[in-house]
Formats: sequence, structure tokens, C-alpha cells
Amino acid sequence: MHNNRYLRDEIIRISGVNTAKCMKCGKCSATCPAYDEMEYHPHQFVNMVESGDITPLLNSDSLYKCLSCFACIDRCPRGVEPAKVVEAVRLFAVRKQGANRMTANDVPAIVDEDTPQQLLVSAFRKYTK
Amino acid sequence: MQVNEYKPLIVAFCCNWCSYAGADLAGNNRLNYPADVKIIRVPCSCRVNPMFILRAFQRGADGVIICGCHPGDCHYTSGNYYARRRMTALFSMLDYLGIERERTRLEWVSAAEGAKFAATMNDFVQQVTALGENKRLEDLRCKK
Amino acid sequence: MQRVGVFVCWCGSNIAGTVDVQAVAEALKSEPGVVFSTDYQYMCSQAGQDMIKTAVKEHNLTGIVVCSCSPRMHEATFRKTAAAAGLNPYMVEIANIREQCSWVHKDMATGTEKAIILGKAAVAKVNLNAPLTPGESPVTKRALVIGGGIAGIQTALDIADAGFEVDIVEKNPTIGGKMAQLDKTFPTLDCAACILTPKMVDVAQNEKIRIFSYSEVTDVKGFVGNFDVTIKKNARYVKEEICTGCGACLEKCPMKKIPNEFNLGMDNRTAIYIPFAQAVPKVATIDPTACTMLKKGKCGICSKVCTAGAIDYTQKDEYIEEKYGAIVVATGFNPISMDKFDEFAYSQSKDVITSLEFERLTNAAGPSAGKLLRPSDGKHPHTIVFVQCVGSRCEACAEKGKEYCSKICCMYTAKHAMLTRDKYPDTEVYVFYIDVRTPGKNFDEFYRRAVEEFGVKYIKGMVGKVTPEGDKLKVQASDLIANKQLHIDADLVVLAAAIEPDKSARPLATMLTASMDTNDFFTEAHPKLRPVESPTAGVFLSGACQGPKDIPETVSQAGAAASKVIGLLAKDKLTGNPCVASSDELMCNGCSSCANVCPYGAITYAEKEFRMPDRTTKVRRVAEVNPAVCQGCGACTVACPSGAMDLKGFANLQIMAEVDAICK
Repeated sequence: MHNNRYLRDEIIRISGVNTAKCMKCGKCSATCPAYDEMEYHPHQFVNMVESGDITPLLNSDSLYKCLSCFACIDRCPRGVEPAKVVEAVRLFAVRKQGANRMTANDVPAIVDEDTPQQLLVSAFRKYTK
Repeated sequence: MQVNEYKPLIVAFCCNWCSYAGADLAGNNRLNYPADVKIIRVPCSCRVNPMFILRAFQRGADGVIICGCHPGDCHYTSGNYYARRRMTALFSMLDYLGIERERTRLEWVSAAEGAKFAATMNDFVQQVTALGENKRLEDLRCKK
Repeated sequence: MQRVGVFVCWCGSNIAGTVDVQAVAEALKSEPGVVFSTDYQYMCSQAGQDMIKTAVKEHNLTGIVVCSCSPRMHEATFRKTAAAAGLNPYMVEIANIREQCSWVHKDMATGTEKAIILGKAAVAKVNLNAPLTPGESPVTKRALVIGGGIAGIQTALDIADAGFEVDIVEKNPTIGGKMAQLDKTFPTLDCAACILTPKMVDVAQNEKIRIFSYSEVTDVKGFVGNFDVTIKKNARYVKEEICTGCGACLEKCPMKKIPNEFNLGMDNRTAIYIPFAQAVPKVATIDPTACTMLKKGKCGICSKVCTAGAIDYTQKDEYIEEKYGAIVVATGFNPISMDKFDEFAYSQSKDVITSLEFERLTNAAGPSAGKLLRPSDGKHPHTIVFVQCVGSRCEACAEKGKEYCSKICCMYTAKHAMLTRDKYPDTEVYVFYIDVRTPGKNFDEFYRRAVEEFGVKYIKGMVGKVTPEGDKLKVQASDLIANKQLHIDADLVVLAAAIEPDKSARPLATMLTASMDTNDFFTEAHPKLRPVESPTAGVFLSGACQGPKDIPETVSQAGAAASKVIGLLAKDKLTGNPCVASSDELMCNGCSSCANVCPYGAITYAEKEFRMPDRTTKVRRVAEVNPAVCQGCGACTVACPSGAMDLKGFANLQIMAEVDAICK
């Protein structure tokens, strides 16, 4: 298992989440609507970040499968906020890649009339870092 | 550490049932707070006579804090309410006399709140240190 | 001037590690009044105490200062030592240089400096100490038990067994509490009613026990050994002593659609009701919110059919005042409300139920006569999902759940799952757990039997969402070990709801001046060594009012509380606290300020004759303190405008001397 202290601390810092509070109940994954799409599930994100096993997460598609619906944040009995951990890993990956992000000005050109508003909001959450 | 670093002198009155036990718990859990705080045990926060506080300031204390049980939890039913009323009047009077409000404090600390006790003391010491030495009511004849 | 001896304790390395004890002993030698000063490894040990005794004799000491741990720890020990050496025990002062010095400071120099100052304050105080003698007060040889569940019942039976009178106050029309609602009890699976109802009958038949059912405590005055309690007997509109409990009125009552609390609203009762067949006392009660006779003055059928003539629509609430020597709190628990847990669809579907509701569903005396049927359509459920830790261990959601573990859920869920598989082998039973916590005699074996013998499917994971769809409940959950998300079509979902203290506990605690934690559980005097006593003398704790407990634990705590009560009631006299207020008659001007602030009513006034300086006599009104009633809070000492009132042991001059010593 990788135990990359720097990566772990950085991701915890970005997320502002205390992963040690997790009691491993799995309610986040139980409530996740994108569960079947993901290779690593919300509870695994929390656990793997806690144990510093971050490289597989950075290389996984799961990062972009999270809908940012925040159901896990709402349901977590311990206030761990798994979606923020996922977000932090995503942010880390995006930042590492350099300036390949969207800005607010790029958006109108690609907006389709039929796009549901919720999708827009979650796309913003994901890609405008 | 600097040798001539300013150290405030702080008198804490703690009620026997809640806050003194809270202070003990802070000790049990090895929670640090500055040694500038010296605790005097009283049966109840309502035992603290305003005279004691005036005396402390007269003798050169830089801050006085009174700790009692949470409202409704007083071992003697209503002692902390008396303390609250008396201290509100006293503290505003002291403020008028030039002893800043930040030098006096009334805090509720239960027997289970060792962490709160230590945090309160740390905070209070910091607050008083920022104000510096108390000169206002000090009786210089008491100085050696 | 006192002759003070100073004894500085090392407490092994606890104190000596951060405080230079020899320097402390040396520094205190030069304090006024100090004639002897020494240090020792363990002052509280026999050798340390002997050292104090010898020093008292050799140096003719009149006062002792021990620099050691908290006075809450060993003040009593050293007072006994002083008494054994022939000193008044109240000539001892403790300087707390462990909890409030060596344990909070890391630096030797600061620690030592502070310890010396704390020692100086204690020396300054002891110089002004005066010998004190405790007063004595009589003990009323009767106990009050508040709450008539299994905890209260067991406590009352044990106290009565020792020959003392006991009164039980129960807010419901019958005693029995939560245990009466249960079906089977773990881990032996005997039926709750079979083991509880004989005890209820014992209570009813015991000559030493009185039951005040449908009653509540409204006021508590007094102190250990001498409580004055006001009990409000709510009007039940039925004469308790005449009603035979025949039930004729229940059959004829036209108001038949009142939700039945005993079955948690899953069926209905009448406006006049007896909660269950084995109720004690077996007396009908009229629900004033439902009865048309009481609301509109029309009907009166129950009074017509009652051959005994027990119905009395004019009955009023009755207040009874009684004296007690000890009070036992046994107010018990309730499951928390599930209304805020939207993800489990509790308020959307009748087929999502709590475990206590499941208990009633499987009980032979329950709404479905013991047949496990779905509340919505009365069909037999084939797939049942149990969810554990609903609202327990819930830190993030303080407004809906509880931070603590409710302790009993693992076991009762195993019981429910096992019994379901036993009675209905065609049923699939899933239990979603975070941890299975089964410490206790034969508890883990019980849980393993549910898995191994009865084939209950235990799944490590949590249910995230329950959605009612048609007549099914779609359960979405995670299986953490298989690393899968599960979708189960369930017929019934049972939530193991967290438990919380009864709502009546908080106001009661205020009346008793007993302390509570932030979750409204009563706190014990010491978490390990005095688990059944409240910090308030004479108030004892029994059952789940102190923390979540199962039945075996509750019963053993109930017995322990009873033995503490018996130990108290067996005494003829209690020696009080000598640190009480006293008034200087010569300075008192009879203004009543002190009496107005005294929470115990300990201060009275007397007309006394005084000789004046001009040799005439004058009658003046002066305050007198009853030392048996005074608890020594000191509120009066501050209220007194003339400074006549002072507190023994914490006198104005003593505290002032401490302030001076610290500020020097």
C-alpha cells in the first residue's frame, strides 16, 4: 500500500474533512446514486485517503463519476462529508494537470437549452476549479 | 523563552461542585493552561463576595475569573443565578472605575468540562496578557 | 497563632515530576505559623499518615496543610488522620498541587513556583481555621421511587424487603414501564410478561409498598434524610379503591377510536381504559381529552354500567405531601422520534416501524395477536430488513440523533431476527450493522446463534435509502465486505431507534438539584466507584435514567441503588456538614436579605434582648440559621449588608487571606 504522507495531508487540507471521524458504516455508499458507475466508492475514498493510499484514486475514473449530489454529506452520521473528500482528490488531479480548466466565460457556448439546471450546477462544481 | 516576559496574575474562584471538579478533570486529562491561574475553592459561585474581587485587584491581580455550574445545574439550586446577577453589576461598576471588562469574567464550567476549563483559562490569560498589567485599583502600599 | 505543619506529597512522580517538592517544603517553612514542614513519597499511604500523626504529637501542631492531590480526592482521608491524632478534623487544608499544578504544567520552575503559592494560600487559610463540629439530623425511614418500570419495581421490592416503607410514583395509569411492552427478553428468550407481571403483583401485595399511579412529583424540598415531596395524583375520574377492574365500562364506552399508547398507536382503545390486562393497579382511567362526558357533559354510560359505582366525573387532581429519607430516580427511557429520518421513509410508510413497534407486533397481546403481519395491509412479510444504529452514534446530526451508542439495539435486533426466522422460516431476514456490540454473559453466543443456526443474514453496511414503491419497500444499502451496493425489495423495515431519557427527567433533576449530562442522563457521583448515587446526597439512580441499559443491568443497578438506600435508612441520625452559615447577632440588623436568598429556608428570625452600651436593654430582631437545613452555599453571606453572616470553613477572612497570599 502506498503511504504518501504529503498527498494525504494535502488532500485533507484541501477538503477540510477529518477522515478519522469515519466509523465505517458505509451509509455514504449506501446512499450514493452513482455507486455502480464507480470503481472506488465514497466510503473507500474516505478510507483510502485516511490511510494515504491516494495514487489509485488519482488514476481512477471514479473521480469524475461522482455527481456531486452531496447525498452522502447529508446522510453521514458522523459529519465526515465524503463528497468533499472526492472533490478534494479531483481538485488535486485537476491542479496537477495544469491550466486545462473551464472558466465561466466558456460556459454559454456549450450550454444546451435542454440541459437540466442541476446538471449545470454539478458541472460547475466539478470542472471550474 | 524570554526572562522578563510579562506574566499576568490571575485569580480564579471555582465552585466546589462543578468548576473545581472541572479543573481537576483538566488536570486528570493533562490539559495545559498557564500557571498564572491560581484557583481558590469556594462552595458555590454565590459565595464569591464582590469584596474578594476588589481585594484581589487591590493586591495587584491582573484578572479575576469566576467559574460556576451551568444555569439550572447549581448544586444549591440557584446560587449561580445570584452570582450572575451580582457579577453583572460588579463588572460594569469595575469597568466604570477603569478595570476593563476583559479583566473580569464569569464562566459556566461543569464537572465534565475539563477541556472547556483549560480552553477558558488559556483564552482568559491571553486576553489579560494583551491588556497588560493592572494599575487601576492597585494599592501601591501593598507592594514590597 | 496556630502551630501549622506542612506536608508535601510527591505522589510518586505525579507531583515530584514537575514540582520540586523539597523546595516547596523549604519555602513554606518560613510562612507565618508554620513550625514544621516536610515531604514524603505518598502522604495518603499508611506510613504518610503515621508521619502526620507523629508530627502532630511532637510539634504540638494545631493545624495541618497537606500539599497533594485534589481535596475532592483525599480531604476526607487527611481529616480522619487529623482526628486520629487528636486534632479537630476541620483544621486540615489541602493545597491542590497535583490536578491543578503538576498535571497541567510541564516546566519544573513554573510548577514549583505555583505550588509554593498554592501552599502559602492554604497556610494563610489554615491560620484562620477554627475547630468545627458537625450537626446531626434525623432520618425519615421511608423511601420514594420515581418511576415504576422494572428499575423502580426492583428497587422498591428490595427496599421493602429490608423492612422500610417505599412509595412508587408512576406517571402512567399502571406500573410496568417499557418491559411490559416487550415480547421476549434476551438472551434466554423468556417472555417479558411472564417474568415481570409476578413482580408487579408482588409490588401490589407488599404491605410496605404504596403505588401512586397516574401521578407525578411536583415539588421536592429538604435534604438527605428529610425530603418533603409533593406528589400530584392526576384525576383519573375513577375511584381507585372501589374499581374492581372488571372492564364492563371498556366494552360499553362509545369512544372507541383513541390511539392506544400501549401499542404505540397501532390499534385503538376506548376513552375509559386499562392499558393492559395485567395492569397494576388494575383500575380504569378516563382519558379527559377523549371522554365526551368530561368534554361536553353528555354520555355517562360508564357510570351507568359500573356496578361498583366507581366512576366519579367530578374527581379533581389531588396533591399529597409526604416525607422521605431517600429518593430513587428510575425515570427510564424512550425511543427517539423517527420523524426527521426522511431517508428511511418512516413517516411515509406504515411498513417502516421501530423496534418497539415490532415488539408489540410480535407480542401475543399486541395489535395483531402475536402474528407478524404488515401494519399496512395485514399480509405476512416475506423479506424483512433490520437497520441498526438509527440515530445512535450520530454525531453530525445532533438535531435528530444521539451521539452515544444506545447499547441495547444489537441484542434486541438479534433477538427479533432470530425469533422471526424461528417462527416464519420462509422469511428472509437481513440485518444491516456498523458494528455488532454484544459484550455480556451469553450475549455474543446469542448473536452467533442468530447467524449460524437461524440463518439471519448479517450485512456489514448501512441502509442509505428506503423508497416505498407499490406494496414493496425498495431498500438501497451497502455491503462493505462484498463491496457492493444492494437493492432489496422488502416487505417490512425495522429501525433500531436510538433511546433517550424520558422527557420528565430534566424538570425532575432541577427539582432534586441532581446534575445531568448534556444528553439529559443523570450523572453519577463517581462513574466507577459510586455508579448508583447522584452527587446530590440522598438521591439515587436506578436504570436507564443514568445511561442506556438492558434488563439484567437495570435489575442489578436497581438492587445496588436499593442497598444504598437501605444503608441510609438504617441510620437513626445523619451527621451533617459543619461548614454552615452563622450570623453574628451583634451585627445583624434583621433586614431579611439573607432569608430571601436562602434556597433551603434555613434562616429564621427571633426577637432577642440585647444589652446596649448605655446599659439599657433592647429587643432586636436577628437572624438564626438552622444548621441541619443549611447546606453551606454561602449565598446569604454575600447578601448580608452588614457583614453579620459568615460561612464556617469558608469565612470571609479566610478567603481574603487566600486572595492575599496568591496576590502577594
